[in-house]
Amino acid sequence: MKKRTMETSLAEHSPKLVRSIERRLFLRQGLSVGALAMLSGCNLTDDESVQKVLEGMSRWNDRAQGWLFSQTKLAPEFPESAITKPFPFNAFYTEAEVTVVDGKSYQLELAGLVRDQKPWTLPELYALPQTSQITRHICVEGWSAIGKWSGVRFSDFLARIGADTTAKYVGFECADDYTTSIDMATALHPQTLLTFRFADQILPPKYGFPMKLRIPTKLGFKNPKHITAIEVTNEYPGGYWEDQGYNWFSGS
Amino acid sequence: MEPSQTQWVKIHPLVVRITHWVNALAILVMVTSGWRIYNASPLFPFRFPNELTLGGWLAGALQWHFAAMWLLVLNGIVYVTYGIVSGHFRSKLFPLTPRAVLNDVREALRGRLAHGDLSVYNAAQRAAYLAIILCLVVLVFSGLAIWKPVQFQEIAAIMGGYEGARIVHFCAMALMVLIVLVHIIMVILVPRTLPTMFTGRARRAS
Repeated sequence: MKKRTMETSLAEHSPKLVRSIERRLFLRQGLSVGALAMLSGCNLTDDESVQKVLEGMSRWNDRAQGWLFSQTKLAPEFPESAITKPFPFNAFYTEAEVTVVDGKSYQLELAGLVRDQKPWTLPELYALPQTSQITRHICVEGWSAIGKWSGVRFSDFLARIGADTTAKYVGFECADDYTTSIDMATALHPQTLLTFRFADQILPPKYGFPMKLRIPTKLGFKNPKHITAIEVTNEYPGGYWEDQGYNWFSGS
Repeated sequence: MEPSQTQWVKIHPLVVRITHWVNALAILVMVTSGWRIYNASPLFPFRFPNELTLGGWLAGALQWHFAAMWLLVLNGIVYVTYGIVSGHFRSKLFPLTPRAVLNDVREALRGRLAHGDLSVYNAAQRAAYLAIILCLVVLVFSGLAIWKPVQFQEIAAIMGGYEGARIVHFCAMALMVLIVLVHIIMVILVPRTLPTMFTGRARRAS
C-alpha cells in the first residue's frame, strides 16, 4: 500500500521534469534530423545510386507521357488580345549574346531516315503553305507567355522530304550550338509548326531567326530556335538540357 | 501494477500506419523539391531558402518532384480506398460539425483539449486530417493541370487555365504545410501519440 503511494507520488512529480526534458530532446532531435535531411538534400541528389533511381524514374516518366500524349488533343488557342507583350526572351545565354544567322547564305540540312536530303534555302521554305497559331508557351521554370507563330505544319514538311515517320525521333541542331530532340508522335501533331514568323513579322534573332520549331504540346526548351539541321533517327539523340538531367519528353 | 492489468487498445490499423509514414516521406520530398521549382520562377515576391529545398538545381528538383509524385499518388490511392472500403473514414473522421470543431479549437488554444482516449479523434483532429486529405486531392489535380495543361486541359480550365492551376497548387501547398506544422506541434505537446503511429497500440489502464 505504502509502496504504491510512493510510486504514485513519484509518478506525479518527476514526469513533469522528465517530460519536459524528453520533449526538449525530441524537439532538438526532430529538428536535427530534419536539418540533416535538408542539408544533405543537394548532396543526396549527387549520390550515384540516388541519381540512377531518379534518372530511371525520368525514363519511366518519358514512357508515361508518351502514353498520355494524344495526337488529336489540341493545345488551347487564344485571341490576338491575349498575346503577351513584350514576349520574354529566354535561352542558355543572355539577350546580348543572341546568334545572328545570315539569311542569304542560310541552308537547312536534312539527315538520317529522309528520302530527299537536299538542303533548303529560306525562300524555298517561305514558299511552303503557311499556317498560324496563338498558343501558350510554357517554360520548364514555370512561367508562361502567349505568342503568335506562323509557318509550315511540320507533318507536311516531313511528308514533303520523304521522312520515315515510323522512326522514333527527330533531332535538331541549331546555329547557337543548341540541340534537342522530340518523339515522332509529337513531330506529327497538327499544331507542331516549323515557324518563320513571330507576331506576323519575320522571326527576329532573339526569337530564333530564321526558324523555330513551335510545339505547343511541349515545354519551351523543346522548341528549338535557329535550327540548321534536322535528323530523323531511331537512335536517341538527347539534347543540351536533356543531357544535363531535364526530362526528355517534357510534354504539356 | 501488474502487466496483466495493462490493456492495450488497437487504435491505428496497419494500413493507416504504413500509408501515414509513406505519405509523410512523399510530402517531405514533394514540398522541398516543389519549393526549389517555385524558386526558378516565383509566383509571389519571395523565394524559399535554398537550404530548405531538395534537388540542388531546377533539373534535380524536377526529377525528385516527378519521381515522388508516383509514391504520393499510389500511396494515396491505397489509403483512400482503404479508408472508404473499411469504414475507417466514416468511423474516425465523422460525424464532423463546424460547432464541434470551433469548440475543440477553442479548448486546444486554452490548453484543455481532451485527448484521453487516443482511439477517438476529437473534432479539431477530424477537421485537420480531413483538410490534409482534401489539400492533397487538390494538390494532385492542380499538379496534373500544371504538368499536362494540354492533355488535362479540362482540369486546368476548372482552375482558370495553366496560370490559375499554379496559384491553386501553391495555395493548397501552403495550407497543407500549415496544417502539417500544427499536427507536428500537437504531437510534440502530446508525445504519447507518436509511438502509437508505429505500434498501432495505446496503453489503457483498466
